[in-house]
Amino acid sequence: MSYVSNTAADRQEMLQTIGAASILDLLSPIPQSVQLNRPLNLPPALDEMSLVRHLQVLAAKNADLESNLCFLGAGIYDHFRPAVINALISRGEFATSYTPYQPELSQGMLQAIYEYQSLICALTGMDISNASMYDAATGLAEAALMSCDHSDRTEVLVLKTVNPHYRQVIDTYLRATGYTLVEAPFKEDGDTLESVKSQITSKTACVIFQQPSFFGSLEDVSGIVELAHSNGALAIAAVDPISLGLLKPPGEFDVDIVVGEGQSLGSPMGFGGPLLGFFACKKQFVRSFPGRIVGATVDQQGRRGYTMTLRTREQDIRREKATSNICTNEALLALAATVYLCELGKTGLRHIADLCLQKAHYAREMLSKIPGVSVLGSHLPFFKEFVLKLPADPVLINKQLLKNNIVGGLPLGKYYPEFENGVLLCVTETKTKSDIDHLVSSMSSALGVR
Amino acid sequence: MAKVPEDLKYSKTHEWVRVNGKIATVGITDHAQSELGDIVYLDLPEAGRILKIEDQFGEVESVKAVSELYSPLSGEVVESNTGIADKTETVNEDPFEKGWLVKIRMSDSSELDTLLGAAEYKSFADEGGH
Amino acid sequence: MSSIEIADGEPLIFEKSRTGRTAANLPECDVPSIPASLLLGAENLRNNLPLPEVSELDVVRHFTHLSQRNYSIDGGFYPLGSCTMKYNPKVNEKTAGMPGFACMHPLQPEETAQGALALMYELQKMLAEICGMAAATLQPAAGAHGELLSMMMVHAYHRERGDEKRNIVIIPDSAHGTNPASAARCGFKVKGIPSNERGCVNLESLAQTVNENTAALMLTNPNTVGLFESDIQEICRLVHEAGGLVYCDGANMNAMLGITRPGDMGFDVMHFNLHKTFSTPHGGGGPGCGAVSVQPCLEPYLPTPTIKRIGKGASAVYSFDTDRPKSVGKIHSFYGAFLIAVRAYTYIRSLGAEGLREIGENAVLNANYIRARLTGHYDIAYDAKFCMHEVVLSANRQKQLNGVRALDISKRLMDYGYHPPTNYFPLIVPEALMIEPTETESKQTLDKFIDAMIQISKEAETDPELLRSAPHNTVVSRLDETAAVKNLDLRWEPLFAE
Repeated sequence: MSYVSNTAADRQEMLQTIGAASILDLLSPIPQSVQLNRPLNLPPALDEMSLVRHLQVLAAKNADLESNLCFLGAGIYDHFRPAVINALISRGEFATSYTPYQPELSQGMLQAIYEYQSLICALTGMDISNASMYDAATGLAEAALMSCDHSDRTEVLVLKTVNPHYRQVIDTYLRATGYTLVEAPFKEDGDTLESVKSQITSKTACVIFQQPSFFGSLEDVSGIVELAHSNGALAIAAVDPISLGLLKPPGEFDVDIVVGEGQSLGSPMGFGGPLLGFFACKKQFVRSFPGRIVGATVDQQGRRGYTMTLRTREQDIRREKATSNICTNEALLALAATVYLCELGKTGLRHIADLCLQKAHYAREMLSKIPGVSVLGSHLPFFKEFVLKLPADPVLINKQLLKNNIVGGLPLGKYYPEFENGVLLCVTETKTKSDIDHLVSSMSSALGVR
Repeated sequence: MAKVPEDLKYSKTHEWVRVNGKIATVGITDHAQSELGDIVYLDLPEAGRILKIEDQFGEVESVKAVSELYSPLSGEVVESNTGIADKTETVNEDPFEKGWLVKIRMSDSSELDTLLGAAEYKSFADEGGH
Repeated sequence: MSSIEIADGEPLIFEKSRTGRTAANLPECDVPSIPASLLLGAENLRNNLPLPEVSELDVVRHFTHLSQRNYSIDGGFYPLGSCTMKYNPKVNEKTAGMPGFACMHPLQPEETAQGALALMYELQKMLAEICGMAAATLQPAAGAHGELLSMMMVHAYHRERGDEKRNIVIIPDSAHGTNPASAARCGFKVKGIPSNERGCVNLESLAQTVNENTAALMLTNPNTVGLFESDIQEICRLVHEAGGLVYCDGANMNAMLGITRPGDMGFDVMHFNLHKTFSTPHGGGGPGCGAVSVQPCLEPYLPTPTIKRIGKGASAVYSFDTDRPKSVGKIHSFYGAFLIAVRAYTYIRSLGAEGLREIGENAVLNANYIRARLTGHYDIAYDAKFCMHEVVLSANRQKQLNGVRALDISKRLMDYGYHPPTNYFPLIVPEALMIEPTETESKQTLDKFIDAMIQISKEAETDPELLRSAPHNTVVSRLDETAAVKNLDLRWEPLFAE
């Protein structure tokens, strides 16, 4: 199967019109010395039924988190996805369209992106939002580069309470350009301000922090922002969009750039991709932010319409002087986020955020009662993730939990050697009280407690 | 047809120069503005900036193009036409008068001899020079 | 209200909002509830959440109406050059939606993700075979991201050899803008070289340009004028002799499937666009996947994690490998767009070797057919016996005659029900119209499109105003893009009025 429409007769007629003897004749501009002249070494083609069966077999080798309970977070979250989202975003009119270069034929996607931008601004309290980035990690890396380009400073200060995966990506981007990543450690009591204060210099272009932090707890945002600004650096926040159903938006703390992972807003976890990086900033950066943006305008008859705008920042026009090389972004996931935020609305998002908050607190309370289990950072307010110290290796405990159809939290030792036997757990609105009780009793038996 | 005033000097990068004593006023030509289309943004240097001949000193943007500005002369920027920042269409409508961009105090007026005269520029632009 | 008047368009979702209206059907809290102000601190809570209040029916109608204002491949012919807008098979959506793929957490234990790891491993292997290279990574999220990664690896390769002075990347003037932008993002200086009179790399100017500072040449093949770089082996030899690497922009891979392979031509690294060549839907501008394939010389620099296989057949065990000391690092939060990889894997498995070659052949056939039938009606950008998978026309003749431009022809095509070709690219062709029909379109579809193009070329002679004022049959006419920049309106302001 190749989904080719032409019949042999079509092909013959076409070759005649072209004046070519054969298809091989058409391929004659390719030197013989580089023609393959053998079939590719690939597995044989499958008909649709065999294909689906083959993929089902592969899928069955994975523990899917519809039939298992997932208490993993750390950047990708198991949130409720109302049925309406897939029904709408899978419409071919959206899914099989290209980047909206021709606005007259792309008003649907353009208007949806304009609505997305408005919603991201509403959620974050920022002035402008772009049309999306690949994910939170690359969004942060682009924000870091933008800060350096903007200020002629060369260092990026990142708190160690930021997701380690994000820090790795920022580091990769900076190393390629000659800028430097500096990490600010946290103290045993969770304090980060002191190390920001001691590490920030006149070379610091920006300070990157995460709210809630990688460990789920709240950072002292005003303290961090004040330190950044008083040293002439930008403040960049990585945020959890669901938490913004309750938390004060970063815009109210005078944060300069806000980046976040939008997967929680209606997209599946998908083994970590595709993801949705959202990117919002103050309007003073309107000429220097990366990525695409849609604006409203009018047509020849004065009717409202939408088009990509501020295009001269982009690679196809400014080439090596572009603000970023990004072009294809994550439009369909941005559409999913738009549908999600409309479906939940003002009260729904707040309710979802509150469910996460309550259930995570209930889970931590119950788990911490298991003998030998202690809570790390117990004095800090937290949202939907928290860190426990277990009396055993969490990798082994997770193997036990898996037997009870539970995917446990993230063992932290690999990322933070100081957190030996530490585990980062996440509880979202998708877990019922009995799911949590099941986790607690399974954890108890895994730890050998009766 | 694009206008090419007789009394001005021109660069091959489509800037014009009007000399008044030591001060040279610089803008972009009618040909350049018409090639660019509706101008929407100007990036102009601050007064005091020292320019060498052919230095890039700013940018003119339309919706779908960016054109870099190159200094036709060496000297110090004494004034930028910041008054038209919100009325960028002035450059399209009146490129040689109200749409001027910078004034430069020349440090070497002999550089004027390297520029094109009106007739030379006209034939350069007609041949599609860029 | 906005100063802009609404006439017949779909209102914004915000304009449908009514206080107290709700959509989502959510559960009550089933655990003991404590006020958020106690748990988080009142000072950390927001006062206002300006999201719309609408019903689920409002949501469904709104986005259905928006979809009806959007052109798509499912709806019609989409000959957008360089973008490979082929049919996106529905079975790919079915497999990507299987809970065993879609409902997986990237940090779940490897032993619970063996199917996913096997799929990624096999897809990487298939991509490497298709392009004739040694290894591949799926981590880049888009073509430009793949380019950036490639340049990072080139950078690391030279640095590792102590060859730090190599800071120039050579790029032909016909290249996509992402090429120079990606190179510059890695700290390279970009050196452009002009194309020759055939629209291909000028060997002489390349020979004069390469030297001990050359880090790499970035080249698209077939190039952006739709022609195969027949001197490709000589081009690669020149760059290699100077100590540089050669990167292939794989945007045009569709033309080469099963016919010829960049690895065999001498390229060291390339990116694929899985959302072009392997038919994962473009989604209105993403998600994509810019998988990158490399020769052995660059393999140590691939981003982490890579995937390892131990054992074979049914007893094979797959795992992530993060112990890669020379790796450039990570370029994505996790492993790239996995669900896009599932679609591409499904697609390749439905085709096999024979099917892939049929794609390459029919893509080339379709483009040449359009080229043959439009010759005489439009200027063809470069003289060549045959083109590859796309044909670049120039509306220069129409511009000279009546001032009708490529943009006007594009807009008029909309009135005939077609998405226009890419216009004004490549930059080296004046008034460019770049047509890529892809292999999935039939002769009958192409004939109707060609007839429309011919009709438009006649209209350009007899009624140029009809073209200059087009489109006439779309939901909006030409938009005031100057006003869009000058009076920036990037979000719905009334939402923020408080």
